[in-house]
Amino acid sequence: MSTALANQQPVTPEVAREHGLSAAEYDLILDIMGREPNLLELGIFSVMWSEHCSYKSSKKWLKTLPTKGSQVIKGPGENAGVVDIGEGLTAIFKMESHNHPSFIEPYQGAATGVGGILRDVFTMGARPVANLNALRFGAPEHPKTRHLLAGVVAGIGGYGNCVGVPTVGGEVNFDARYNGNILVNAMTVGIAPADRIFYSAAAGVGKPVVYVGSKTGRDGIHGATMASAEFDDDSEEKRPTVQVGDPFTEKLLIEACLELMATDAIVAIQDMGAAGLTSSSFEMASKGGSGVELDLDKVPCREDGMTPYEMMLSESQERMLMVLQPGKEDLARGIFEKWDLDFAIIGRLTDSGRMVLKMHGQRVGDLPIDPLAEASPEYDRPWQPTPPRGDVDAASLKAGIGAAEALKRLMATPDLCSKRWVWEQYDHMVMADTVARPGGDAAVVRIHESNRGLAMASDCTPRYCEADPERGGAQAVAESWRNITAVGATPLAVTDNMNFGNPERPEIMGQFVGCIAGMKAACEALDYPVVSGNVSLYNETNGQAILPTPVIGGVGLIDDLDRLVGAALPGPDQAIVLIGETRGHLGASIYLRDIEGNDAGAPPPVDLAAERRHGDFVRAQIRAGGISACHDLSDGGLAVGLAEMALAGGCGADISAAQNTPETAWLFGEDQARYLVTSPDAEALLAAAGDAGVPAVLLGRSGGDRLILAAGEAISLAELRRAHDNWLGDYMAGQG
Amino acid sequence: MKAAVIVFPGSNCDRDVQVALRKAMGQEPLMVWHKETDFDAVDLIVLPGGFSYGDYLRCGAIAANSPVMNEVIRRAGKGVAVLGICNGFQMLTETGLVPGTLMRNADLRYICRDVDIKVETSQSLFTAKYEQDQAIRIPVAHHDGNYFADDDTLAALEDRGQVAFRYCDAKGNVTPEANPNGSQRNIAGVYNETKTVLGLMPHPERLADPKLGGSDGKPFFDGLVEALS
Repeated sequence: MSTALANQQPVTPEVAREHGLSAAEYDLILDIMGREPNLLELGIFSVMWSEHCSYKSSKKWLKTLPTKGSQVIKGPGENAGVVDIGEGLTAIFKMESHNHPSFIEPYQGAATGVGGILRDVFTMGARPVANLNALRFGAPEHPKTRHLLAGVVAGIGGYGNCVGVPTVGGEVNFDARYNGNILVNAMTVGIAPADRIFYSAAAGVGKPVVYVGSKTGRDGIHGATMASAEFDDDSEEKRPTVQVGDPFTEKLLIEACLELMATDAIVAIQDMGAAGLTSSSFEMASKGGSGVELDLDKVPCREDGMTPYEMMLSESQERMLMVLQPGKEDLARGIFEKWDLDFAIIGRLTDSGRMVLKMHGQRVGDLPIDPLAEASPEYDRPWQPTPPRGDVDAASLKAGIGAAEALKRLMATPDLCSKRWVWEQYDHMVMADTVARPGGDAAVVRIHESNRGLAMASDCTPRYCEADPERGGAQAVAESWRNITAVGATPLAVTDNMNFGNPERPEIMGQFVGCIAGMKAACEALDYPVVSGNVSLYNETNGQAILPTPVIGGVGLIDDLDRLVGAALPGPDQAIVLIGETRGHLGASIYLRDIEGNDAGAPPPVDLAAERRHGDFVRAQIRAGGISACHDLSDGGLAVGLAEMALAGGCGADISAAQNTPETAWLFGEDQARYLVTSPDAEALLAAAGDAGVPAVLLGRSGGDRLILAAGEAISLAELRRAHDNWLGDYMAGQG
Repeated sequence: MKAAVIVFPGSNCDRDVQVALRKAMGQEPLMVWHKETDFDAVDLIVLPGGFSYGDYLRCGAIAANSPVMNEVIRRAGKGVAVLGICNGFQMLTETGLVPGTLMRNADLRYICRDVDIKVETSQSLFTAKYEQDQAIRIPVAHHDGNYFADDDTLAALEDRGQVAFRYCDAKGNVTPEANPNGSQRNIAGVYNETKTVLGLMPHPERLADPKLGGSDGKPFFDGLVEALS
């Protein structure tokens, strides 16, 4: 071993602690190695065993999620999940967090988040067809919020727009609990032929290991470790751990990889994401039961004098590792040279089960593969359940401000206002297949050169998860399923992005366990399995954790785009029908929080059997032409849902005849399993609902330029639109 | 009619315009890689939207100096029709095939939305299927679409009828509110002197299919095919 190359610093338990490894983990390393590791080897252990790469706190619980179904081709464990969408095609998708880096450096943090998730999807052979983003920021009045929001949105746009993949949907929410830890969860959906899906398991002694893409620089070193720790007041000093994105190179990499994938040259392929060359080479070798020998002199570097430690831990972006069929090297090299990308054979597969790293002819690192990858630590952390909360009695509410005024205020709140300011900065139409643009229940992207489409949405209601993690987890899945259903699509599967605080605190671990339990129940009941996902823990600053935020990214299929419906009221004189039961549940509602200033109460119960029955009914009616517009009811309940439909359609409505009491609970309660629809033939729809055992009630009709919610409670669309459309832009201009 | 779409590294609307041309022409356009210096004779050359070479310098500046561009300029000089959309428009101003330049949007943000643009004249290869003064609705998607030229150039452009499109409201009124990016005189597209070269920021290829929410871009391609066949 050469001390000159890697080992100037002696490795001690103290150095291990600085690398984020516990004393017990360091002891385990000594056991595995049978000696003290050198600094390079310690660095490799530290990133591979980081929470971010190893899922050591979450694995035990993630394993309980349903991952199977007739539609599932490949569940969790690969770069992304794969589902069958018929006609010889698959949808490949995943969501991934870039929370910690985006807080430290919002533009690059968010941009490289998009880049990383795109690579996870095209690594598997899919052409990316859509991006979505679930974003959560601190309170609007927090001094950093504007800066973070502006930077994140510009970063997402800067990357996605250049790469030429439309950003079609997502969510943007605000809460003081994200003041110190924003959430940036990026999702990519791609389409690949079912017979050309590429995996990461690398087997075959002697086969060449090839590095392609950008050169390796000194950026992002220890990014994965940084993302596995809490923040404190000095977190901004971690800026050098944030990577820098180059979307142009990513675009070339997509085209070059897809061109090579059309041949039979690739044995295995893996992107270099978190923990870069280390993680990609270990994962490929571990899954294939192989060993690897790498010659680090061959790694394309951005600057001279990089040490093995820096090369192995760099998180420079836009890089891929692949194993080729012997004899195909020149074919592959030709394609990458055409696209002006680096191409280097940096090693070969062995049968040793070890990772051997060489530089300048010397062995600078030698580690066993399995204990680092597949057999990394797994913890059963102590957890305590979240104490249940009581229901809120609508009769106990303060004297109201009137339904029309409450609606106007709600439509201009940070969470419910129009997010046009955000999504107009994203190219949501490139590729010319965006059939349903941002702003609806689900975005819909046509499957190229067909009349079929993929519907996609991201959902989570963190205040529900905080109040009752199990209900909140189930609700996130149910709302996702509802959003996909509301455009007429068949929900297929989900990806999850689990964002939580410090798992070493039993109450946080309890939130995690509870959310997983709820998600599991909902995924099972709705035949909506989890096919991929990501966990982001330690979203805490100075001991203050974020709201538990298990974001669900759902994907569904529409077989006939002529049957697609939107949420916009289709014009005057349409019957408006409410599907589902309204009990007026106000606990943990937006109304309670934003109008009454009270975040008490249990979230609405989630009756999964009712969800299934109501959703299946609505979808069948949409396909049969019995429903002309459809909107899922969620935050803000009936009044907000109706207002959104009215604004989208530029048409008013009168539902005052269906008034119910108490009025506030009727209009703003957030009961689940509900859809607001319009129908060309209300009688037939109500009769069909009766036959199917689905509650349905005629509320009124569309028309006019006002919303009439109840007797004496009307508001003009123009007034509502001003409040709804302008809040975010005014806020970002410093006027909010 | 034969058409070629030039593909630069970083082009990302090449496929979109390929589809629109295929539908209008009934045959495949030629896709020409930027490293080519010669390609088959065609009636129309399209410079597509995207981020050629990453646009890390001024948008379109590197593309304007790429190997294929000499040939494009040569053919434009011989009267072959050239269409530059978005990044392609930026390349056309960088090469000087059309006058002016495209600066960063006035509010400094990328913008993607449908806009209304007024057809200034139907007397061109590109607009024969539209009525003069017709307002059509197609999207913009750009960060640098703020058209600028000095007053003398603008006056000359208007005198010679080289303004192709202006941002307007839904009724065709050219107003400051309808201007999405700060362009001088609401200019969304300009011709060269012979009206055989057109650069425009909006994307007709993105709304040439009713499934996508509009088809005002379709007559653009149908008209080209009719004029060049």
